[in-house]
Amino acid sequence: MMLAQQEFLDEFDWFVSRWWTLWLSGDVLFLLGQVIFIFVFLLVSVMLMVWFERKVVSDMQNRIGPNVAGPWGIMQTLADGIKLFFKEDLTPDGADRTVFKLAPYLSLIPAFLMFAIVPIGGDFSNADGSVNFFWGDFDFRLQVVDPPMGVLLFLAMSGLGIYGVMLAGWASGSKYPLFGSVRASAQMVSYEAALGLSLAAVFLTSGSLRTSEIVQSQVDGIWNVFGLGFFPFIIFLIAGTAELNRPPFDLVEAEQELVGGFHTEYSSLRFSLFFLAEFMNVVTMAGIIVTLFFGGPDGPIFTETLGWAWGMLWFFLKTVVFLFIFVWFRATLPRLRYDQLMDLGWKVLIPFALGWFLLLSAISVADVEGWNIFVTIAIAIAVFMAGAMLLMAAIRTARKSRLESEILEYG
Amino acid sequence: MSLQLFSFLVAGVVVLTGSLGVVMAKHPVHAALFLIQTLFGVAVEFLVVEAHFLAAIQVIVYAGAIVILFLFVIMLLGVDNAEDLSVEPIIGQRPLAFVGGAAILGLLLAIINSAGITGVPGNVDAPGPTGEVLPNVNQLAESIFTEQVFAFEVTGILLTVAVVGAVVMARRIPGALQPLPDIPAISGFGFGSTGDTDTDGDADAAMAAGDEQGDDS
Repeated sequence: MMLAQQEFLDEFDWFVSRWWTLWLSGDVLFLLGQVIFIFVFLLVSVMLMVWFERKVVSDMQNRIGPNVAGPWGIMQTLADGIKLFFKEDLTPDGADRTVFKLAPYLSLIPAFLMFAIVPIGGDFSNADGSVNFFWGDFDFRLQVVDPPMGVLLFLAMSGLGIYGVMLAGWASGSKYPLFGSVRASAQMVSYEAALGLSLAAVFLTSGSLRTSEIVQSQVDGIWNVFGLGFFPFIIFLIAGTAELNRPPFDLVEAEQELVGGFHTEYSSLRFSLFFLAEFMNVVTMAGIIVTLFFGGPDGPIFTETLGWAWGMLWFFLKTVVFLFIFVWFRATLPRLRYDQLMDLGWKVLIPFALGWFLLLSAISVADVEGWNIFVTIAIAIAVFMAGAMLLMAAIRTARKSRLESEILEYG
Repeated sequence: MSLQLFSFLVAGVVVLTGSLGVVMAKHPVHAALFLIQTLFGVAVEFLVVEAHFLAAIQVIVYAGAIVILFLFVIMLLGVDNAEDLSVEPIIGQRPLAFVGGAAILGLLLAIINSAGITGVPGNVDAPGPTGEVLPNVNQLAESIFTEQVFAFEVTGILLTVAVVGAVVMARRIPGALQPLPDIPAISGFGFGSTGDTDTDGDADAAMAAGDEQGDDS
């Protein structure tokens, strides 16, 4: 028998007899503590976010908004949550019962896991972002995990989050939820491509997928929003809003057409789980945007002893700005039509993100090879323009032939 | 190290129950859900052997895109009803499936017994193709764009060809579709344009006439 196999078997014996000691080790307990902290943090921030959204939207519409429960109505979400908790839990007759019950969790769990990679604080200017406020040489980062695949975890989890929406609509066994879920998944799959392409530009400059290293590269250089020339950020913001199914991309729950979209048949606790997942995703998306494009916890550090706390402050302030922007979108922009949504995703955002990525990579290759930077940019822009003209010609031809065939068919 | 073993065992159970579920589930949507479970478990196994990038791509591409498309097809084509497993669609399919399964099992056992596979994760701190010690993900990127660049480019061309092919197949040929030729042999079984589909036939004829006019102008 091979030595390695023997080692494996020994370890297996140890594991069978002593597996429970794993849970007593400090690392596991600490990780559990972090997970619980982030979970509670997300729940509280969802509660505040719902209140914030209602309050800001009502301000923008000259209304008062929630003002009864607690000071400035801040406990309104809690009251609504308790109400939802005690409502009757209905399961439609035509529902696929197992999947119907599974879907809210499939929506919630990825929403929660996504936040694990966001560094919510830490001093990246004077230190490497890790903090040490317990004992000895126990350094840790203010994020649950910092895996080498980093931001790809975010993409993977937002990919899995689609299942919650899709299966909820299908399992309800009713027409409008199914329409809503088909729309939702088509939209999310389409915009994920644009999201990934604008992320590629971030990876190009920071040279890493890890969120901590992306933040570090921005602290050492300039914030990615400036360094990448604004467009990747704008594309990410638009695609992210679409990925969240928030207005102006909320065709999924277009109430005039689809009743409530995928969650029409849900009530009580299961509905509140969808609601929770949706708002958790909003908070996470704001955190991810801040991390990737606005330096995360980067900002002036006034006292070096509590540097991580300053980082936390800057992170929260920036996140609140983006939460406000999401609410602002909702209060001011009318909903897109379905074909406009698909056109924007496939014919504008994806080609543009790809072209901009090629431009950025041409610049970085020119930097390494020592080419003339202006000539490189000029050639890259010329190629970019030629590609755009070809694309527009293709779109025009397609539209013309479609119109012709429609005229032939319908006269 | 032992936490690694624990993750390996848990993910192994997830993969095995998932793959059994794919085969045993009577409902196509349930089978697709079990497929996601299997793919996710495999991604965790990749993580156990420190293949982080592969794990992420496994979830993004397979679970996040391909199974979504499976579900689309199942939902939109309306094949989402439980199947009768007692009917064999192709005669001789089941014995052949057993033979194929046994062959794959034998192949896997042979590979596991050979010296190549030890169950020990590779050395992630080994130098990459350029001799530099880099993180796992960077090493993979370096290898793809230096040693494997030809295979990478060929794969890219293959995917482009597939996309172009799909567009060409989905393209509508200018002009209305011609009505199917009326074959007397099958019209007796209700396939051709018989008495009660006369209105359709007229519409087809009108459309064909319009088509000719369009061509003339």
